[in-house]
Amino acid sequence: MPIFIDRRLNPKDKSLSNRQRFLKRAREELKRSIRDHVRTGRIAEVDREHAVPMPRKGTSEPTFSDARDSGQRQHILPGNKSFSPGDLIPKPGGGGTGSSAPGTKQSEDDFRFVLSREEVLDLFFEDLELPDLVKLNLKQILSFKPRRAGFTASGAPTNVNVGRTMRNSHGRRIALRRPKQAELDAISTQIAELEAKPPTEATRERIAALREEVDRLERRRRRIAYVDPVDIRFNRFDPQPVPNASAVMFCLMDVSGSMGEREKDLAKRFFVLLHLFLTRRYERTDIVFIRHTHEAKEVDEHTFFYHTESGGTVVSTALEEMHRIIEQRYPVAEWNIYAAQASDGDNFATDSERCIELLDRKLMRLCQYFAYVEIIDERESHIFGSTENGTSLWRAYNAVDGKWPNFQMRRIAAPADIYPVFRELFARQPSLRKSA
Amino acid sequence: MVNQARKSELLFSGSDWDFAKLSRVYDEIEAIGVEELHLDIYPVQMEVISSEQMLDAYSSVGMPLMYRHWSFGKHFLYNELLYRKGARGLAYELVINSNPCIVYLMEENTMALQALVTAHAALGHNHFFKNNHLFRQWTDAGGILSYLDFAKGYIARCEERHGLQAVEAVLDAAHALMEQGVFRYHRPPKLSSEQQREGLRERLEYEERSYNDLWRTLPTAQDKNKPEAGDESLAERKKSLNLPEENLLYFLEKNSLVLEPWQREIIRIVRVIAQYFYPQRQTQVMNEGCATFVHYTLMNMLFDRGRISEGAMLEILRNHSNVVFQPAYDDPRYSGINPYALGLGMMQDIQRISTEPTAEDRDWFPDIAGRVDWRDTLLDAWANHRDESFIRQYLSPALIRKWRLFVLADGADEPHYEVASIHNERGYSKIRSALARSYDVGASRPDIQVVDVDLLGDRHLRLQHKVKDGIQLEDESRDATLRHIRSLWGYDVSLAAMDAETGAVLSERSTKEL
Repeated sequence: MPIFIDRRLNPKDKSLSNRQRFLKRAREELKRSIRDHVRTGRIAEVDREHAVPMPRKGTSEPTFSDARDSGQRQHILPGNKSFSPGDLIPKPGGGGTGSSAPGTKQSEDDFRFVLSREEVLDLFFEDLELPDLVKLNLKQILSFKPRRAGFTASGAPTNVNVGRTMRNSHGRRIALRRPKQAELDAISTQIAELEAKPPTEATRERIAALREEVDRLERRRRRIAYVDPVDIRFNRFDPQPVPNASAVMFCLMDVSGSMGEREKDLAKRFFVLLHLFLTRRYERTDIVFIRHTHEAKEVDEHTFFYHTESGGTVVSTALEEMHRIIEQRYPVAEWNIYAAQASDGDNFATDSERCIELLDRKLMRLCQYFAYVEIIDERESHIFGSTENGTSLWRAYNAVDGKWPNFQMRRIAAPADIYPVFRELFARQPSLRKSA
Repeated sequence: MVNQARKSELLFSGSDWDFAKLSRVYDEIEAIGVEELHLDIYPVQMEVISSEQMLDAYSSVGMPLMYRHWSFGKHFLYNELLYRKGARGLAYELVINSNPCIVYLMEENTMALQALVTAHAALGHNHFFKNNHLFRQWTDAGGILSYLDFAKGYIARCEERHGLQAVEAVLDAAHALMEQGVFRYHRPPKLSSEQQREGLRERLEYEERSYNDLWRTLPTAQDKNKPEAGDESLAERKKSLNLPEENLLYFLEKNSLVLEPWQREIIRIVRVIAQYFYPQRQTQVMNEGCATFVHYTLMNMLFDRGRISEGAMLEILRNHSNVVFQPAYDDPRYSGINPYALGLGMMQDIQRISTEPTAEDRDWFPDIAGRVDWRDTLLDAWANHRDESFIRQYLSPALIRKWRLFVLADGADEPHYEVASIHNERGYSKIRSALARSYDVGASRPDIQVVDVDLLGDRHLRLQHKVKDGIQLEDESRDATLRHIRSLWGYDVSLAAMDAETGAVLSERSTKEL
């Protein structure tokens, strides 16, 4: 007899560390493909698994191998139908070796594999140079707490609710009139008493009748179980997400001609980061995209990022549109409102005043947080540095910045500049979580 | 008959398996195999695994334990994708040449399939591993698992001490030379036991601790004043280094001047594993053929004795015929010659020649034709041949006709292929030797040897590639591999391509040019 070993319960993912080593090796290439993914994909989809092409650089395993295009070879093939010695067969496709040389190279080229959510986020964060603490916070999935929620007819044996089960069983026994043990005992003693007396015709008949009765009762008892599967009740648990609220995120962006590919890409990453933050904290997050030139419109994500529109720049229209949507669809009592605005800072001089007013009077009262990023050229970054002067919108928002603690503004020229915008938002996290 | 009563009784019914059934089926199959086919096997250890674990095993070259390396992760992803897409099924079983012989069974298999797999792996492969001379002489079935365990632990310790990157660099380079890391011609030294390895490690550690640089400054004895006499010293140098050397990894491990002791040990590990797998590469057709022949014969015997139901037999036959399916060259499913089909075909052919030979067979195989006892012939072939010699010896004209084999000559500069031989009187022996040659692993791998190095001079390592039939090396991978060799050797390396027949040097590539 052979030795049997059941390995199915052995720990899984034996090759997980090999996978990690492989990903580490191909890190640069994977980072690039995640960057592309962020650029082209939807904001809400960054936070997911993602298939990436097999990296080529740094992961080849060279060996000495024969060159396909040199020398004399012989191929031995089965299934000759019509050839005789000396027949010449033209080579297919410019000297390739066709059927006799199964190409493995091509299949490896279009080979894609799936990165898990954690791995995608890791690569994304690395690009943004997020501090570790923040990474950890963002990667957590909403935790669920089981909460008692009534009873159910199916479940795990450990969750059997004995009280409820026995109550059901009792009710059923009464309803079906299951004979009690006491009844049986009573009849048995009766039989015993009769048997103790001298036997007569009457007692014998009586005993027989009683025996039959016992038999009937016992059969009935057997048929009607003491505890039947239909009686069993289990405690039901409902997974309850711990933080329980909804948030809406407004993405405002200037789409006039001055916002190019690079500017939009930076803006998108900025939005993605805010969205990641929100999805972690809130059970439900909506995203509203508002783009504006000299007039503002609510659009879908694709239009938001990919359609350009010509026109002037009147920022206040976007703020008005946002206010209108809040009034219409997102009552402040139910929604946490976050806003992120990206722009290159151009605005009609007269309009900036209106923006200040709108923010000050209306929006900042409604918003949990308002982040403004001005996307500037990398060459400009050292000129502007931290000076107060800048574009007209920048100067205008400066006034708001001083007044409202939940207002943040920042100039960004590279991905690494994005995080500081959110620094306070993330820094506040631990204390909030403690109080929650 | 004694087992008249048992005869009518089915070994199993239904498609679900459990351990009691597996055990009953194994016992029965083993009894028949030993009694009817005279099989001689290692004790068997059966392990039930899930598909995930099968994929794990795939990526670590089929071994139950393996050291960690990124390339295994890459292969895992690749296999997993093919499997998930349904492009490739997983093997029903995996068997390891060890003592006891470890057989992996997939949990998804039905009972009929488990019976088939048991006969195939636990009897067929197992017998082959235990009896074939290549495995007997070149591998150590008893020691391999403990050696892998040691290798895994050793490499993990190295990673801890010297860092992941340093270890990875050595492994990458060693993996690139795995094909050139085997002894083809003389037998490798036996794996040392656990104790010896422990002793070796202690000695190395002691040497590291007590190393004193001062010793190096002592003048060496009278060696210096020997006259350098051209050819003679060259010959002597080669002799002292045992050159030419075909096993590049062995040479680097023993002679490299830049490697630390732990790096040498890692190279040794890679080399030992490459050597362990070398017989398997040379006996693919025979190994699979033997296993397939055994399962086919045993299953039919069991069915004839009424121990397997018709339904189960039908399932077994269906799987069997999937395994031995050989499409013709022009079929879109064609992907080379199926070793299962070729092996089984040849072994059944031997059976036929032994029992009902034709006149042609008597001509070609005078010593086995009509010998009746095909068992001995097969046992003898299984024990003493590898693919190349097996085909050269036993591929019969009847089988060549049945398969309609033909040979295409393919010159790289020609615009067309030429049909060289077909299944006719003139072609039989040519096809046979061409097919045999294509299974000669030693001949079909690039033949690269260390030919010279001047350890006292510039330490330039000279390799030589014997170019056969004008088949050169692929440039890109050759350069990358040379770079790996340079990293292990520490000094420049050059590779000369020399025509095997004329001896003319065709080209030379040195790491200086890279």
